[in-house]
Amino acid sequence: MAATRFQKFGNDLYTGARSIDFVGKRRVWYIIAAVLVVAAIIIPIVRGGFNFGIDFRGGSQFTVSDVKTIDQALAQQAVHRVKPDAAVQVSVTNGTGGRGVRVQTDQLSTDQTKRVGADLASAYGVTQDKVASTYIGPSWGADVSRQAIQGLVVFLLLAFVAMALYFRTWKMSAAAIVSLFHDLIITAGVYALVGFEITPATMIGFLTILGYSLYDTVVVFDKIRENTREDSDGLKHTFAESVNLAVNQTLVRSINTAVVAALPVGAILFIGAFVLGADTLRDISLALFIGILIGTYSTIFIAAPLYADFRDGEREIVRHDKKVLAARAKSPATEAVPTP
Amino acid sequence: MAKSSPVKSASRSLIWLGVIVVALVLILGGGVLFANASWFPKLGLDLEGGTEIILTPQLEGGQTISNDELNQAVSIIRERVDASGVSEAQVSTQGSDNIVVSIPGRPDQATLNRIKSSSKMELRPVLLTGAPTNTFVGSNGKTTPYPSPAPSLQSTPTAKPTDGSDLAWVTPALQAEYNAFDCASLKNSSTNRAPAAKPLITCDDKLSAKYLLGPVEVEGSEISNATAGIATDSNGNTTGQWVVNLTFDDKGTKDFGKVSTRLFGYYSKDSSDPRSRFAFVLDGKVLEAPAMQGAITNGQAQISGSFDQTSAQTLADQLKFGALPVSFKVQSSDTISATLGSAQLASGLIAGAIGLLLVVIYTLFQYRLLGLVTITSLVVAALLTYLVIAILSWRIDYRLSLAGVAGLIVAIGFTADSFIVYFERIRDELRDGRSLESAVEAGWKRARRTIYASKSTNLLAAIVLYVLAVGNVQGFAFTLGVTTVLDVLIVIMFTHPTLQLLARTRFFASGNKWSGLDPDALGAVYRGAAQFRTAGSVSAGKRASSSREAARRQTIAERKQAELVAAGGASEKDEEES
Repeated sequence: MAATRFQKFGNDLYTGARSIDFVGKRRVWYIIAAVLVVAAIIIPIVRGGFNFGIDFRGGSQFTVSDVKTIDQALAQQAVHRVKPDAAVQVSVTNGTGGRGVRVQTDQLSTDQTKRVGADLASAYGVTQDKVASTYIGPSWGADVSRQAIQGLVVFLLLAFVAMALYFRTWKMSAAAIVSLFHDLIITAGVYALVGFEITPATMIGFLTILGYSLYDTVVVFDKIRENTREDSDGLKHTFAESVNLAVNQTLVRSINTAVVAALPVGAILFIGAFVLGADTLRDISLALFIGILIGTYSTIFIAAPLYADFRDGEREIVRHDKKVLAARAKSPATEAVPTP
Repeated sequence: MAKSSPVKSASRSLIWLGVIVVALVLILGGGVLFANASWFPKLGLDLEGGTEIILTPQLEGGQTISNDELNQAVSIIRERVDASGVSEAQVSTQGSDNIVVSIPGRPDQATLNRIKSSSKMELRPVLLTGAPTNTFVGSNGKTTPYPSPAPSLQSTPTAKPTDGSDLAWVTPALQAEYNAFDCASLKNSSTNRAPAAKPLITCDDKLSAKYLLGPVEVEGSEISNATAGIATDSNGNTTGQWVVNLTFDDKGTKDFGKVSTRLFGYYSKDSSDPRSRFAFVLDGKVLEAPAMQGAITNGQAQISGSFDQTSAQTLADQLKFGALPVSFKVQSSDTISATLGSAQLASGLIAGAIGLLLVVIYTLFQYRLLGLVTITSLVVAALLTYLVIAILSWRIDYRLSLAGVAGLIVAIGFTADSFIVYFERIRDELRDGRSLESAVEAGWKRARRTIYASKSTNLLAAIVLYVLAVGNVQGFAFTLGVTTVLDVLIVIMFTHPTLQLLARTRFFASGNKWSGLDPDALGAVYRGAAQFRTAGSVSAGKRASSSREAARRQTIAERKQAELVAAGGASEKDEEES
């Protein structure tokens, strides 16, 4: 039965009877990470940058007043006849000038604007003078981005200090932040590859990933802290082995959490993208889905090995490792612990 | 019956949680019955629509507004709108000089006032003051208007004025202009401006007094903070009057101190000298012109004007975020439908429900009946989150956008992780050979540290982004903060107490293989080792109390079954337990 086998797998990981060598094979993971990060940086450059939406770049707006119908699909068709891949946001207005339809779309050329205006007029059964067009600025302007970035920088600095205080070593903070950037760059790369438009919802998705990545790393690092502290007086494991054991012991938790977090997001992505075509949901859930998987992966394959690497060469750790290895050489290992 | 302390504290936690839920329901229910609250959370602009206000700058003559000024105005208006709540309003430019503000729901007049007026504050010394009319009673006893100032009158001071209160500013031309000035002319104008270095003729905001003011001595931009509050008298008792407290920055403190010392000099000589008064000028009208009754050098000032709470708060917000380059007027205000429509929300909710169902299946598969604890905890979390959001919707106009809904669905993952971390720690302790009861306590001690540490990172992110960011990012930070706090609350007050109680039931304590905490399945490698049972540090008394507890919780059928087993022989039971 699969559950039992998974449970047995968890037991073996806990005792060390079975151990996946995450720390020992770190060079392999580093190379994979480097390749992915470079690819994630090159893809957007090759594809000509990210596809920022109306909220970031501004665009054209049409207002049709005194409309006979408020069918929003008509506006979409009118714009797509002129510019097939344009993003379109339609809303119905109700004001002093009667009922109207407001259409916002990508920045159009003068000629395109004229044609869309004419199409809209005929689609909604009004004369051309009832269609007004104007330029709208970005609602997510430079000031919003600037303040968001300011907040992020302050957050990362504070998180670095807080983690360093809690774990009593800045090296865990450094490893956590490196893997955080790894996650963000790769998620952004995948986004560029798919070519979805970047909307405010996407940005919120990226922020959630940032939180998730750091959160996941802290959970696993806390187990590492526990194991390496407990082992400091015993001579069972070298430092790198302790780190590796901690990652193995939390592996079942990592898998369960990733699955539980990814299932609802996966459902939104699938339904949003393939069944209903709900744009905002699709944008945010793609970023989240990839981010959750990468965030869990990077804690295990990047953050933990990096931490072992950062601590490698510290005098105390070298001394401890030497003692462990000497003790092991004297009495043949009673436990199967793979040497990294 | 004396209960053991974990049981007592567990029951207490659950009771308190119940109290919290009931209190939240009562708060919201009270709001629905007696105020304008609703059982449902309010929705954001993208899901519910709202009001689109187009603001157009009030420009005089050939005045123009530059692109930079327009962007600056957008930024300031956004901060002013955000200051009133977490509703994720949208502010952007339209065409070459309009600003579009989209606000969910219907904004009231106070909101409109807050966003559209420039709120340029200037502090000028008073030179002359008088009645608001432009007439005088002539020698014939008739009321006659002052003539328009003749262009031939001298308009440059004869001697260079030494400071802002020097009467040399009042040239014959200015005096004539002041005499001919009618306060009524200010009624419909919001642009009564004079260069900062020149005197200004104006009236107070109720048009009841006319002023001739010296040049600007302290600029509004030198105000570093502004708050609304209730004034206190010299004995520290509240007077009940609303005021705006100003704090100046370094330069402002110095400038204000200098002027204050000079004006206090006039006051000491003659307390009715108009030149002892200092005018707070807002958008060209005098808010208040108090006499300087002491030298203020600590950079703190207070405007008492005639405020109520709303207008004091409005002015404080406006001053805090800075002045708009120009005032705006509302060109149009239309209701606007949602851009996303209900189909999107529905599909989001359907997707979320399907995702949740998958989570339920997966947790039951992984944790057997222990998964039910996860699911119940998630249900309690959902209930609490819903109540809190509905209350915040009512109190601070929190609005749920589609991105917010997605954020809540992601929060399921964060919340469930607390339980997963906890359960895995319990399993680890069971693997080490502890009894379930002590495994629950030991596992909790370890899991608690991890949960606090990891949730603190989330809370830190939420607080920093909420304070520093604006717009959507601020909304996101708010949602993250609320869900994180509730998440920790649930794990402490619900999940852990529930497990403490469950650990005492026969079903879980005996390690039934459907309980998800079966030592057989978990500790397979330790099976047969002699230390397995002895490691369990449960006292005989504790075991007795727990079996009593378990017995109490049995159904009639179970009890009968237990009696049969007891009659049949205790040896069977012992075997099952070891």
